[in-house]
Amino acid sequence: MPITGQGLRRHILHQSKRANVGHIGSALSVADILAALYGGVLRGEPDDPDRDRFVMSKGHAALALYAALHMAGHLPQDVLDTFSRDETLLGVHPHHGLAGVDFSTGSLGQGLPMGAGAALAAKLQGSRRRVFVLLSDAECNEGSVWEAAMFAAHHQLGNLVAIVDLNHQQALGYTKDVIALEPLEDRWRAFGWDVHSVDGHDQEALAGAMAGLSAGPPHVLVAHTTFGKGVSFMESQIRWHYMPMDDQQYLAALVEIGD
Amino acid sequence: MLLTADLGFMALEPFSDAFPGRFFNVGVAEQNMVGLATGLAEAGLVPFIYSIAPFATLRPYEFIRDGPLLHNLPVRVVGVGGGMEYGQNGLSHYALEDVAVMRAQPRMTVVAPADHMQARQAVLATAGVPGPIYFRLGKDDAVVVPGLDGAFELGRIQCIRDGADAAIMAMGPIAVEALGAAELLAARGFDCAVAVVAGLNPPPSDDLAMLLSGRRLAVTVEVHYANGGLGSLVAEVVAERGMGVRLLRQCVRTMPDHLVGSQRYMERMFGLSAEQLAEAMAQELAAL
Repeated sequence: MPITGQGLRRHILHQSKRANVGHIGSALSVADILAALYGGVLRGEPDDPDRDRFVMSKGHAALALYAALHMAGHLPQDVLDTFSRDETLLGVHPHHGLAGVDFSTGSLGQGLPMGAGAALAAKLQGSRRRVFVLLSDAECNEGSVWEAAMFAAHHQLGNLVAIVDLNHQQALGYTKDVIALEPLEDRWRAFGWDVHSVDGHDQEALAGAMAGLSAGPPHVLVAHTTFGKGVSFMESQIRWHYMPMDDQQYLAALVEIGD
Repeated sequence: MLLTADLGFMALEPFSDAFPGRFFNVGVAEQNMVGLATGLAEAGLVPFIYSIAPFATLRPYEFIRDGPLLHNLPVRVVGVGGGMEYGQNGLSHYALEDVAVMRAQPRMTVVAPADHMQARQAVLATAGVPGPIYFRLGKDDAVVVPGLDGAFELGRIQCIRDGADAAIMAMGPIAVEALGAAELLAARGFDCAVAVVAGLNPPPSDDLAMLLSGRRLAVTVEVHYANGGLGSLVAEVVAERGMGVRLLRQCVRTMPDHLVGSQRYMERMFGLSAEQLAEAMAQELAAL
């Protein structure tokens, strides 16, 4: 079955309902980005040391990653079904002990530094592997993101691709009200990055934008997304950063994504 | 590989000249340095990351925990000038809690060599450690602890002086003062053993218990706060093993946030010179 954002959304809703956990809106926001990555952009199997690396820097959307690993054939259904249970490797935030997860994350601002190190390692080792790092927009509040951005540009890490999930909201409010991010694309450009503005829900456009990136300065896709994408009553609603679904909401959400 | 956060003038050049392809000045960005090292180590490299001790440990502490520690990767964190070696530079440049926070992490190997010869041996002896290591280095390579001869073994202590009356345990270059105190006490008729404790984690518990067995006075000497350093470690061993030895912890008891001066001046402020240590111990020994 081809990996699609809608396919990932189905798993995200199933699993978050079964586990009764939140972060649903954040996971729905990045479903199409992960579908693009795991639907053909990332090269190499999880056990190949020369595989492309992926860092889910916005670790709280790990459920979208688990769904993508599942649809890519790296995570069997019975393991996916352990999400957020006792004795699972599939916690709310991703852990590198799980095959297919290169780096553990959960604390924002650490993914891009690790990703820059991984990209530098690939260059030093003469490898063509690339490193993709998915950040949340509010994660750009963290100073360490910009430390890594400066380093990557200085060393022209063209094998590093950051994707910023620009959904305009963070845990307690809209980014424009908490810490304004604009002009976000200009900020990345000023830091020396090759900036691409993309519709974060157009899987084909995302895959196309990422396909040829491997040289020059580091690349960033500013992916314009809608928080909670696909479920109208979650879209752009702050409360769906944390809230789990009740039975009625769950059924309504499934109808909306066509399940 | 060697990464520095823009420090190490007149110290790192021999490496950067010899191995320019393996040397990176990452700029004044310690958090990023730890993240970079994590990414490099995941790919099979062994990065040493260098800064002044507080900048290497306290600033990027969470990055160290979530990166090299959580992923169990061989990143070597090198903090130079532990204690108050940066004298007149003041508190911002002191590391008086670095051993405490580092040894709080079960997976972190913590090494505080007493001189450059022991540091060299410690780096060689720990080359095969799969997880991260924190090296707390002194910055003065003129310091040599007599009798130590560069000995180091992880999980062990190094005894450099025998004696029946008290056992003195020292962490870092202040071991020179501890040894000096033992010599001053010898002239006053007290015979004290001296041990260098350079491997703090994993704790050298068996060696410490053996050293303290049957003794009435144990003394720890360190340029570190009372909480979490060598004195704490020895207290843990003494308490957990139910040993009946009196423990005197010679360390830094208050925040040095007011007057500053040279390293020696600062250490004297906290009673850590050989003369002051000998005097404090003589009082304890006389009272036993």
